[in-house]
Amino acid sequence: MKVRVYVSLKNGVLDPQGRAIHHAIEGLGFSGVSDVRAGRLIELEVDETVSDAALEEMAQKLLANLVIENYRIERV
Amino acid sequence: MRSAVITFPGSNCDRDMAVAVEQVCGGEVHRVWHGDAALPEGLDFIALPGGFSYGDYLRSGAMAARSPIMRAVIEAANRGVKVLGVCNGFQVLTEAGLLPGALMRNAGIRFVCREVKLTVENNTSAFTHRYLKGQTITIPVAHHDGNFFADDATLDRLEGEGRVAFRYAEEVNGSARNIAGVLNEGGNVLGMMPHPERFIEAAQGGIDGRALFEGVTKALLSA
Repeated sequence: MKVRVYVSLKNGVLDPQGRAIHHAIEGLGFSGVSDVRAGRLIELEVDETVSDAALEEMAQKLLANLVIENYRIERV
Repeated sequence: MRSAVITFPGSNCDRDMAVAVEQVCGGEVHRVWHGDAALPEGLDFIALPGGFSYGDYLRSGAMAARSPIMRAVIEAANRGVKVLGVCNGFQVLTEAGLLPGALMRNAGIRFVCREVKLTVENNTSAFTHRYLKGQTITIPVAHHDGNFFADDATLDRLEGEGRVAFRYAEEVNGSARNIAGVLNEGGNVLGMMPHPERFIEAAQGGIDGRALFEGVTKALLSA
């Protein structure tokens, strides 16, 4: 089965990439966008036997850096 | 004195680091590959070099921090062995949990490659005791992800415990409180974005990095 891990920057952590994307969106003439935050989507193909606890551990040990990032795990 | 310089796939300052350690610290310098499970016996000093380990995949330093040799480096650091991480090496040390905080994309988005002025904030550690407190030194930086981040409580603790080793004396990359280098709680692990190994002899344009390596040697001799 497929598992999606969404990794995003914590609130309050400056996101220079998001800001650059925001500037580029405005440069294209779009208006009404007040903020952009860039994150990361990691898709894992896993056996049914892989537990939620193991997925949590993968996210905490490697996929996200908890100093600056949050994560959300979704089984598809 | 026995030293090791670790090479990860994508390290590119490992040779410069080995030359600096050889020329300034002297003694034996071992080159160690990231896939090795063990370090040479009886090490006094381990250096993690700059570069772009694993192409900065996932996050700078993230993959290297989980490589086999890092288990041995963490164990050595916990025993009190001196560990220096420069640039990518600093990123690896934070990702490995040996130093607090994280190094994020430079606030100005651009790669910064130039000489910068630093203020020596701590001159009591094994790495910094050959400098004067408050001294301004010049060391080159070359990085894209040097923007040091930690929450306010962590920053306050680092400052209160004298663990900010170097601060940028000018705006470089958006780092919290202009922090350029930090020490661990025991003072035996230093991570810094600027490259002291690139400024050890006049031919390189400056020698302000030399005192750091001299300091490590002196600290080991007097220990």
